[in-house]
Amino acid sequence: MGNITLKNVHKAFGSAVIIPDIDLDIEDGEFVVFVGPSGCGKSTLLRLIAGLEDTTAGAIAIDGVDVTDAPPAKRGLAMVFQSYALYPHMSVYNNIAFPLKMAKVDKAEIDKKVRGAAATLNLTNYLDRRPGQLSGGQRQRVAIGRAIVRQPKAFLFDEPLSNLDAALRGTMRLEISELHHQLATTMIYVTHDQVEAMTMADKIVVLNAGNIEQVGSPLELYKTPKNLFVAGFIGSPRMNLVTGAEAAKHGAKTVGVRPEHLKLSTTEGTWKGTVGVAEHLGSDTFLHVQCDGIGQITARADGEFGLNHGDTVWLTPEEGKLHRFNEAGEAIR
Amino acid sequence: MARRISTRRKIIATAAAWSVAFVIFFPILYMVLTSVKTEAEAIAGTSLIPSFTFENYVEVQAQRDYFKPFMNSVIIAVGSTLIGIIIAVPAAWSMAFSPTKRTKDILMWMLSTKMMPAVGVLVPMFIIFRDTGLLDTRLGLTVVLTLINLPIVVWMLYTYFREIPGEILEAARMDGASLTGEIVYVLTPMAVPGIASTMLLNIILAWNEAFWTIRLTAANAAPLTAFIASFSSPQGLFWAKLSAASTLAIAPILIMGWFSQRQLVRGLTFGAVK
Amino acid sequence: MATRQTRTLARVMMAPAVILLLIWMIVPLAMTLWYSFQNYNLLNPMGRGFAGWENYYYFYTDPAFWQSIRNTLTIVGGVLLITVVGGVLLALLLDQPIFGQGVVRILVISPFFVMPPVAALVWKNMIMHPGYGVFADIARFFGMQPVDWFAQYPLFSIVLIVAWQWLPFATLILLTALQSLDEEQKEAAEMDGANFLNRFRYLILPHLARSITVVILIQTIFLLAVYAEILVTTNGGPGYATTNLAFLIYRTALLSYDVGGASAGGVIAVILANIVAIFLMRAVGRNLDR
Repeated sequence: MGNITLKNVHKAFGSAVIIPDIDLDIEDGEFVVFVGPSGCGKSTLLRLIAGLEDTTAGAIAIDGVDVTDAPPAKRGLAMVFQSYALYPHMSVYNNIAFPLKMAKVDKAEIDKKVRGAAATLNLTNYLDRRPGQLSGGQRQRVAIGRAIVRQPKAFLFDEPLSNLDAALRGTMRLEISELHHQLATTMIYVTHDQVEAMTMADKIVVLNAGNIEQVGSPLELYKTPKNLFVAGFIGSPRMNLVTGAEAAKHGAKTVGVRPEHLKLSTTEGTWKGTVGVAEHLGSDTFLHVQCDGIGQITARADGEFGLNHGDTVWLTPEEGKLHRFNEAGEAIR
Repeated sequence: MARRISTRRKIIATAAAWSVAFVIFFPILYMVLTSVKTEAEAIAGTSLIPSFTFENYVEVQAQRDYFKPFMNSVIIAVGSTLIGIIIAVPAAWSMAFSPTKRTKDILMWMLSTKMMPAVGVLVPMFIIFRDTGLLDTRLGLTVVLTLINLPIVVWMLYTYFREIPGEILEAARMDGASLTGEIVYVLTPMAVPGIASTMLLNIILAWNEAFWTIRLTAANAAPLTAFIASFSSPQGLFWAKLSAASTLAIAPILIMGWFSQRQLVRGLTFGAVK
Repeated sequence: MATRQTRTLARVMMAPAVILLLIWMIVPLAMTLWYSFQNYNLLNPMGRGFAGWENYYYFYTDPAFWQSIRNTLTIVGGVLLITVVGGVLLALLLDQPIFGQGVVRILVISPFFVMPPVAALVWKNMIMHPGYGVFADIARFFGMQPVDWFAQYPLFSIVLIVAWQWLPFATLILLTALQSLDEEQKEAAEMDGANFLNRFRYLILPHLARSITVVILIQTIFLLAVYAEILVTTNGGPGYATTNLAFLIYRTALLSYDVGGASAGGVIAVILANIVAIFLMRAVGRNLDR
């Protein structure tokens, strides 16, 4: 029962307004990702839900119960911090047991739950160690274990993977997604990495300077971004955005097309240009093409398309994959 | 360093470093050696080979004259440390965890009281102590030592408390801990090493203080500093015994100092060098 | 966490420390200031009265006062010179890869933990003694006359003892600062073609500049108040040759029993120390902002 509602939530630190006004509904069991650039207020929003910060105005409700003034302990939520925030002077066992100890659960019950969580996370062999003796990935699992053991209404993750190296990040992403399927509990996940957002979320909330730009499933945001910000933020490499005469041709201030939606030809096409840097990844090749009268366009070709620096190429946007944006940056459909 | 340091260079550096270290440490070494010589040997000229007699230590222990100042040193050093901690922990706590705009100013002001030269207030302190009967009492000395070291104690505890990551306290809050729970289960265990280091430094500073402990005491409360200082005009020749007394006087602090090098840097530079 | 409740609690927790230090600072200083304008001699309790600026005037015209100022500056300057230069050199040496670094460090920092009376007695009677001291024996070994240090060079002898005590402090601070110098910066400089002297001048010394400043300021505060070493070795003599301002005030107060005069001297000493303290607080304050 992890239903969370935010109504007119406003947060300011003194005179600095971080979050002007947010309404948000999170359904039970959803994996929601807050994503956005640094300073957009996603962590603040998470902490407001957690109760670690007080709202300046507005209401937060969990399962219909208003928790705006409730302290963190009473909200029934669990949080995994970016730095894991493990208790350095306690063993792994005691770290995981701590919330149960605070809830005055009896010893036998604590032992059962701790060992259960440890088994789920492959930590059984490390129960006697101190956090200082663990690797980054192991520490993260202990932090998750400490959260699981409380059987909370929702899990809150604050950029948990940013301290891990790339390979480990990939593995942990899968583990967290797997955990979500297993537990079926609501999870709210904050990240600045749009790849994590796209791969893990049921629903993505894109934030910019404290405002929600768009809420939707990953594919919704990919196929139908509501404005320039979302269009440029989701998708890697970035959507190509073109202004000026070319955009006016389609009746818009700006037009956009994703690198993967461009057809390449050495003979004919809509836009003509010269190949600049070509990035060969093996599976794909990304060509950075300087197009006449338009500017720099990134196009994706599959691995076999052998073009090099200085070659001439024609690019054509696929039918229906051209996005149009008006003066205010909003999408024209 | 991933490069191969030539062993030759390392040997030269080692020789140089050890020579310099030996020269610097020599006076202490010589004093310890003299303490196990006989009195005759002590004035016979520089000799690094004593007869290893412990008669001096026995003499020193046998005389109650020595036991008293030693105990005085212990009492005032430990006493001023305990009182200092009791006063300083709450202060540093509130400054570290509930800082206000004035916190930094208050801290700086506290440090500035340490910079006042003792001799500047020698006169009123002497008169106050004389008129309140605190002259030549361990209580009086303990009070003075507490006050002169309080700024450093508060300062050091403040820096240690600030190093406790706020996120860990938040995690405890999320885990359902009340304020007391936070303090008892998380804050205090993490603060204990810092408190211990600060106490060590305070003991060292109080033990070695050589102005108030000399000027405000006489036969009764004189600690080791005053006791040793009283032998500045020696009657007769007893350097071996004095060496033994001195060795006993500095030994505890020397050993404590070896263990608290880092704390020394932190405490005495007021954090300007970490 | 900062609700009104916690704010009051915070104030209560700070109160004892603040109140005690306030009393400690104000009461004795106020009394010193008051006495400095009084005629008050402990041997002559009847002869009390307002003295105006007499005590200050007496100090100003007393040649012993000016000598004590000179001696104070000599002690401070001499010790600073020896400890800073020596400290930098020692820090550089200890930063090198050597065998037994831990033990070397322990040996080098030891003098700092020796209480001043012990240090003074050991130096005066076992090292520098013209009859059976170590220096005397070394001199005789080379066929020279032993020097009677405290008779011929009393102030220098004091400087030597105090410098020996403070050298570890300077070395430790500078070594800590040296080791905080980014290894990669040194490597970049090497790649840029800088030899050791260049690296020292352009990289190491500027990095150490801040720590050297801190060392100088902190040591100055303590060096202005050198007392026990003088008491135990020369008692300020011969004459006033080794009397610094602190010792002069002590003499005036407790040997001449001239409370008024000593208080005037005390006020001067406090002013002197405050000037140094202002600079130190600026250096420290900058660091507190981090």
